[in-house]
Amino acid sequence: MALSGMRGLSVFISDIRNCQNKEQERLRVDKELGNIRTRFKNEKGLTPYEKKKYVWKMLYIFMLGYDVDFGHMEAVSLISAPKYPEKQVGYIVTSCLLNENHDFLRLAINTVRNDIIGRNETFQCLALTLVGNIGGREFSESLAPDVQKLLMSSSCRPLVRKKAALCLLRLYRKNPDVVNVDGWSDRMAQLLDERDLGVLTSSMSLLVSLVSNNHEAYWSCLPKCVKILERLARNQDVPQEYTYYGIPSPWLQVKTMRALQYFPTVEDPNTRRSLFEVLQRILMGTDVVKNVNKNNASHAVLFEALALVMHLDAEKEMMSQCVALLGKFIAVREPNIRYLGLENMTRMLMVTDVQDIIKRHQAQIITSLKDPDISIRRRALDLLYGMCDVSNAKDIVEELLQYLSTADFAMREELSLKAAILAEKFAPDLSWYVDVILQLIDKAGDFVSDDIWFRVVQFVTNNEDLQPYAALKAREYLDKHAIHETMVKVSAYILGEYGHLLARRPGCSPKEIFCIIHEKLPTVSTSTIPILLSTYAKILMHTQPPDKELQSQIWAIFSKYESCIDAEIQQRAVEYHALSMKGAALMDILAEMPKFPERQSSLIRKAEDAEADTAEQSAIKLRAQQQTSNALVVTDQCPANGTQAVNPLGLVKVPSMSNAERSNAQQGATHANGALTVVDPQLLSTPSPDLLGDLLGPLAIEGPPGTGPQIESRMASDLEGGANADALAIAPVEEQTQTVQPIGNIAERFRALCLKDSGVLYEDPYIQIGIKAEWRAHHGRLVLFLGNKNIAPLSSVQALILPPSHLNMELSLVPETIPPRAQVQCPLEVINLKPSRDLAVLDFSYKFGTHVVDAKLRLPAVFNKTAVEAARSGQRCKTYATGEMANLFISFRMMVCPGLDPNTNNLVASTTFYSESTRAMLCLVRIETDPADRTQLRMTVASGDPTLTFELKEFIKEQLVYIPVPSRAPNPGPPPNPTPQALPTSPNPSPPSAVSDPGALLAGTVGEMNNTMHGLGWRE
Amino acid sequence: MGIRFVLMVNKQGQTRLAQYYEYLNLEERRTLEGEIVRKCLARTEQQCSFVEHRNYKVVYRRYASLFFLVGVDNEENELAILEFIHLLVETMDRHFGNVCELDIMFHLEKAHFMLEEMVMNGCIVETSKSNILSPIQLMDKAS
Repeated sequence: MALSGMRGLSVFISDIRNCQNKEQERLRVDKELGNIRTRFKNEKGLTPYEKKKYVWKMLYIFMLGYDVDFGHMEAVSLISAPKYPEKQVGYIVTSCLLNENHDFLRLAINTVRNDIIGRNETFQCLALTLVGNIGGREFSESLAPDVQKLLMSSSCRPLVRKKAALCLLRLYRKNPDVVNVDGWSDRMAQLLDERDLGVLTSSMSLLVSLVSNNHEAYWSCLPKCVKILERLARNQDVPQEYTYYGIPSPWLQVKTMRALQYFPTVEDPNTRRSLFEVLQRILMGTDVVKNVNKNNASHAVLFEALALVMHLDAEKEMMSQCVALLGKFIAVREPNIRYLGLENMTRMLMVTDVQDIIKRHQAQIITSLKDPDISIRRRALDLLYGMCDVSNAKDIVEELLQYLSTADFAMREELSLKAAILAEKFAPDLSWYVDVILQLIDKAGDFVSDDIWFRVVQFVTNNEDLQPYAALKAREYLDKHAIHETMVKVSAYILGEYGHLLARRPGCSPKEIFCIIHEKLPTVSTSTIPILLSTYAKILMHTQPPDKELQSQIWAIFSKYESCIDAEIQQRAVEYHALSMKGAALMDILAEMPKFPERQSSLIRKAEDAEADTAEQSAIKLRAQQQTSNALVVTDQCPANGTQAVNPLGLVKVPSMSNAERSNAQQGATHANGALTVVDPQLLSTPSPDLLGDLLGPLAIEGPPGTGPQIESRMASDLEGGANADALAIAPVEEQTQTVQPIGNIAERFRALCLKDSGVLYEDPYIQIGIKAEWRAHHGRLVLFLGNKNIAPLSSVQALILPPSHLNMELSLVPETIPPRAQVQCPLEVINLKPSRDLAVLDFSYKFGTHVVDAKLRLPAVFNKTAVEAARSGQRCKTYATGEMANLFISFRMMVCPGLDPNTNNLVASTTFYSESTRAMLCLVRIETDPADRTQLRMTVASGDPTLTFELKEFIKEQLVYIPVPSRAPNPGPPPNPTPQALPTSPNPSPPSAVSDPGALLAGTVGEMNNTMHGLGWRE
Repeated sequence: MGIRFVLMVNKQGQTRLAQYYEYLNLEERRTLEGEIVRKCLARTEQQCSFVEHRNYKVVYRRYASLFFLVGVDNEENELAILEFIHLLVETMDRHFGNVCELDIMFHLEKAHFMLEEMVMNGCIVETSKSNILSPIQLMDKAS
């Protein structure tokens, strides 16, 4: 009997075990697979024993993680073998290797059915197990009556019936109608009278599933469950085999109590009394014992009893007993019990009003927040979040903030969102709130979404008392050496508005404020520069009498940016410059911001709507424009108003929009900006509790309505680089289109996502798809966030990835339905095999009611994502020859290296590109421009890999050609119109020697270039 | 559904047994196993036996060089699963007599039979050791 009696198998396993490394293992496996394949080919010579052996080898290889794409037929064919050993192998291996949709499985249906209705009970068991594990709908249709018959049969032995119960559960899940027959619930109740504990255990799982869907039909089962519980609790008629460390089947006890939790109440007083007696006995009678297993088992029962008591909302007496027990648990050293204590206490918060008692344990819970075990920390965080209210918000939030600096990466995001929400919800005073948010941005800026800082700006604007304080705080943070970009935004905004309130303090003169803000300008991205420009204009306006020196400084900046490549920055620079020339008139135009209308916080609503996740909630999704896109295929029409029924995630309704404005709004970005002049107070004060509504607030920054058209258009496109304003045009109520329209421009969103790692990929009235990416070398981990925006579930959800040849993409399972208002996360693993610019496409479809929506979306797994700035936050060039270009490169994750080229008009950037074929590969790019003629430029790309060089060149070229915003007027800005003859357009013929294009000044081999770089002191 | 998968993995991270109760393709399994094993193996004895991973809660237990990992959803009682692992080990012990990693490696089919007698469709079917082992004894007799 040694070694399973299958010598060949044992030898194979030993061989595998003796392999020194993965490579050897792979060789051995390949050899074996080849062997099996040949053996199977001339099948006639195979004895059942040999077949059995090979099929086991296949399973073993499959378990090791190798693909076994043949031999399934042989496994399935063993099912019909006449002898038990072969048949058993056939059944087990088939259920491991195949899934319910596999074609071969159909071939076996008849054999399986014959085994089920046959007389041999061991065969019956095997067949029922297979169907129970992988049976699909077809099985459900053809086998359900037989399985039911076996389950209810009095002549059948328990060993068959217990399997029949779980087999039926599978069939029921595949087709709920199988139990929708008359009298089924009576039969279910009858089943619970069973004495055999094995049959009861599996029947109880069946019952849990049935009552969770429809408890009404199964009321008659409730008293029976209580009876079973009594029997177990009193240890009556429980065979020794079912007693585990002296406890009568803890698993059945747990399952039974789980089933009872699906009934809303226990009405019958007698049943209720017996149940509570049992529960009381469990609560009181569970002691801590030395034996770990016994202890765990009894506590498993105890925790389930606690959950049931909480559910049944028992008399106060028992509830306080529960809280006392949980209080004890969260203080014990045993980590499992502490973990479950915290988890159940959180659950208790939701069920009943016991906050005050729980609050007494606050100190203890905070200790757990610092536990070395992340599982426990997470539970503690959840609990703290749940138990927070006005009385303890200050303590809790401060604890969270303190913890933020040491928290692991995985938790920071959740932590900062929770802290922000709590601070807002329960702030005892507003200055504290401002403190908290600023600290939050300071400590975890990357995790603070724009909503958070917009919100703080709203509070400050609406509360005059707060303004000097906020300005002072903002000023203080600017003194710090390195601050997060969000901090630059918020402090620049606040100081622009309220900096003059600090005038008398040391270091706060307009000039000083200007200088310290301006110091940050070289470090920020294009989206922040517009805010800084507004701040400068405001500072200028507040400086009375005018300071000539400051004025000329600021004007110099304006005139510099008048030729900026970014339309938003350029427009602002031009307008501010012109306006500030007007002198005193500026005062009227740039008056202080009016107050924001009160609205529900977008954050809080967000938290209510869905599982909080800051990353994908960035303002990007608000850059919405209504635009038809051919990317969206709508196969069914949507009734008018249907889409407006629920609006949780922030579609904007603008009821008062006139026709003219609407048509305006549709004409695209620039024109829509004009439409925003309707930010009249009335409109803003219509309660529009939308995320977007909140954000619109800051849009109005630059002044009261009624100023010149130029100002308005700029004002409209403030803050978010232009597209925000169009959001207003999203969904005018009357303008219900007949189809499911995507919200926002899909192409625009895609483009934005190419340059950043998180944001919204797609949105329509039903669903929002967010994406978040993390890239490490050539491995990428993308998470798709599928958020159902409605109160009805989305069904038939399907997501298919069509990857290009150079990417290896693996999408995890996407659930078929997304429950109402839920968000589902689907991780997507990407491996970049070789450099290429081809794109992956996500084919996404779902059904809402009768509408089928199918969208084909390009995924932002683009070329630049696997590049890594060669140096992290190195010193950045302060005098860019072409600053905009430099910004562009930075957004491609390329590092601009000033000083490498003696000619300051040239720009040199470097990056390290990762892919599986190239590994880490240094790439260099040089852009040469002639200051006298900016319509031309020459680009030189060098790397050690010809394909990479070509692809990188083409990629940058595409991006450069794209830069000019379509709507933008002809513009003399520096590099936007690279003419074809200036750009290298032909693939490099024989790299690497010819990596540089003809005439490139950096000509020479890559090796030389690298050497030069190092020689020049390649800097971190 | 309850139990989503049962894994047995040794200290080196090599899978010794894998049984899934929901279909995942090979690549998904590989990734999932890699991620979970990395997470669990890095934990100390003083930490709790539960690890949250994606939508799963992994309940795990270590016996000498072998880790038993059970992935469950929110519908399961964690401690009950923890003891279920022990029940599985005790059952194997009864059959092999002082079970070790090698027993499971070289008798993969038996380990599978036992598991199959204990869990079906993600639910616990049987907790009586003699009932679990009887089909295996039947098979031993037959061969």
